[in-house]
Amino acid sequence: MTSSAAVEVKGLRVHRGGRLVLRDVSCTIPQGSVTGLLGPSGCGKTTLMRAVVGVQIVSGGSVSVLGAPAGSPGLRNRIGYATQNPSVYGDLTVAENLRYFCAVLRAPRSDVARVVDEVGLGGHEGQLVSSLSGGELSRTSLAVALLGTPELLVLDEPTVGLDPLLRDELWTLFRTLASRGVTLLVSSHVMDEAARCERLLLMRDGALLADDTPSALLAQTGTGDLEQAFLSLVRESEAA
Amino acid sequence: MNTTILLATAARILNQFRHDRRTVALMVLMPSLLLILLRFVFNSEAAFSRAAPALLAVFPFAIMFIVTSITTLRERTTATLERLMTMPIAKLDLLFGYALAFGVVALVQVLVAVGVSLWWLGLSIGGSVWLLVVIAGLDALLGTALGLFASAFARTEFQAVQFMPLFVMPQVLLCGLFAPRESMTPVLEWLSNVMPLSYAVDALTAVTTSSDITGELLRNLVIVAACGLLALVLGAVTLRRRTP
Repeated sequence: MTSSAAVEVKGLRVHRGGRLVLRDVSCTIPQGSVTGLLGPSGCGKTTLMRAVVGVQIVSGGSVSVLGAPAGSPGLRNRIGYATQNPSVYGDLTVAENLRYFCAVLRAPRSDVARVVDEVGLGGHEGQLVSSLSGGELSRTSLAVALLGTPELLVLDEPTVGLDPLLRDELWTLFRTLASRGVTLLVSSHVMDEAARCERLLLMRDGALLADDTPSALLAQTGTGDLEQAFLSLVRESEAA
Repeated sequence: MNTTILLATAARILNQFRHDRRTVALMVLMPSLLLILLRFVFNSEAAFSRAAPALLAVFPFAIMFIVTSITTLRERTTATLERLMTMPIAKLDLLFGYALAFGVVALVQVLVAVGVSLWWLGLSIGGSVWLLVVIAGLDALLGTALGLFASAFARTEFQAVQFMPLFVMPQVLLCGLFAPRESMTPVLEWLSNVMPLSYAVDALTAVTTSSDITGELLRNLVIVAACGLLALVLGAVTLRRRTP
């Protein structure tokens, strides 16, 4: 049965376009927590997330999610996934998009109103998605991931382009969900979001540099902020 | 397979069309406009009546092929397909949902084209009008199914458009519209025998010339339907949950 780890990655190797983009990545993500996946663009964050939701062809290693191998049919209504590019239909309204995905997930219709409220899209339900602003668009995509009762949320850069107030509200929502036992894996390339996570996975060039809590990382590197801690870890790994 | 998800998918696609009125108008009217053009090119009801049955097969087939392949490719290249593949939807739910939604559009298209041909352009048919509609409808569905299948081999919309001459034009040239199939050289006749559009054209020609429902007519109908089904299943095989 499941231990306290919602996701367990062991020795994961992934090739994309003939290049090794994940090099023996191993990590565990504890249940009921917000784990930040940070690193520069192109370091393999999205590939790792795709492997966790089970849509990535992997070359080696194993990924176990909620006690089953990633991509198992039984996991398909237990995971909420929001891709980096908003994955919603531009030629449908916000509500039509949500109603469709609701039907696919066999979630109750009342979920539509709930998730619209959670991502702060009230008043935009009848608007065509193609006419939304960038921030509204990515929140629509995030809302789809919140439909049903996912036990694991995999969110690829959900807060890009949002105004600070909304970003703060979303992080509050993430923590509320985590306190209810939902596990969240949230990627970002901005370091100031790292401090909001309970655990951090720092990635660079397809490898994991660190898998720890923010305070432990600061203590380990003897630095004052996470940006500096990241730099120190990068220099350390290059010196090795 | 799950009927609720299949129907929700078909409803979603029809909803997308509802927001794009220009595409709907083009799809519904295009075969009729081409038939009207052809009628005045021939400038004779008799000549039109000879060519029209084959074209009632060709126009909806070609239009549904191109519309479906572009729409499906759009789903493949935007992240919505990747998201759906993480959800509890069977690949056949998605493909049959597509086929059902496009089938509804194809039926409207064919009804308009047959109506215009019979009551305005002077097409005279010996057999049942309804059988004519059924065959033309099946044929449009065949175009849909082949379009779904072909979209798997296109990376961009530009490539998908190029598939139209590749998948559709040889079938149009060899279906008996330009020269009787029996008079072709053996290689071409054999090719024409393995192309599903040939059977749709044969069936439509049979319905317009006689009211008998022969065994050959039924066989041709079954072949067209089976090819459509086969293309849908092959389309499902080309859909992958895991991608590189």
